[in-house]
Amino acid sequence: MPTIVVEVMPKAELLDPQGKAVAGALTRLGKTQFSAVRIGKRFELTVETADSATLAEVRELADEMFSNSVIEDVVSISVLDESVAGETH
Amino acid sequence: MSADGMRIGVITFPGSLDDRDAQRAVRLAGGESVALWHGDHDLKGVDAIVLPGGFSYGDYLRCGAIAAHSPIMAEVISAANAGMPVLGICNGFQILVEAHLLPGGLVRNDHGDFICRDQRLRVENTSTAFTSGFTANQEITIPLKNGEGGFIADAETIARLEGEGQVVFRYLDVNPNGSLNDIAGITNARGNVVGLMPHPEHAVEAGFGPDTADAMRSGTDGLTFFTSAIAALAAV
Repeated sequence: MPTIVVEVMPKAELLDPQGKAVAGALTRLGKTQFSAVRIGKRFELTVETADSATLAEVRELADEMFSNSVIEDVVSISVLDESVAGETH
Repeated sequence: MSADGMRIGVITFPGSLDDRDAQRAVRLAGGESVALWHGDHDLKGVDAIVLPGGFSYGDYLRCGAIAAHSPIMAEVISAANAGMPVLGICNGFQILVEAHLLPGGLVRNDHGDFICRDQRLRVENTSTAFTSGFTANQEITIPLKNGEGGFIADAETIARLEGEGQVVFRYLDVNPNGSLNDIAGITNARGNVVGLMPHPEHAVEAGFGPDTADAMRSGTDGLTFFTSAIAALAAV
């Protein structure tokens, strides 16, 4: 069965304290090549068929429930299944 | 109407922690507290609603996001839009924001730590049902305890909140969580929905509140939120 993947990130202009904490830990580990870390969310939705109506509904849910547009952006919606053609963004 | 008849509902969500404290605050203020359940489509005829603090749904997805979609919120949203006084405390504030009853958003504290302290605030809007018993710009102290209390909004929203007097509470002394403009609590354009991160229901009884200059734990500044609401409802 296909899986629809929704990825959500904190807005670029907002401080991401989680990412900042991880970046601090990397620095303490001596991994100084990473100048910043930002942490987001990935939703995997299993569906019978990833048709255009389902994808439209996922797009709506992504905007209305999976993310809060005040603080986050939906960065991608894609379909994970070799048998289903195409990705949407 | 007499104040005795004022019924204030307190909604319990899975993971609410301060619902019974809020119910107790309502009773200490002289009102009748009514327990409401997240899974019901029933406000039981209450005159006002409190969304209490806690960690509804374990803060999963985003703080307040899942609770904002619970059955009773349909009734809360229509009652709020009809003018009923609604107070959201801490997680309740987060739920009101996620339900779009209040603008802006609440994000993880900028310093990354959970914070618990007695917090001084200035009451900048005394025209809401929950603040009418305060004097203009009165300074109060009530507990604050949160991990995700940073209030943010886009510049246009902040300008509107400031310009229209919708900033109800502002942090004094320190900004404990990175909130823009030191905003601790706001109201909607109509003025009937109020949300704040600090906890008035934990400062309603001497012996159990914040310290004051007079005595340890004697602070009861939070009680005025509830006596104000009861007086406002009685005046309707």
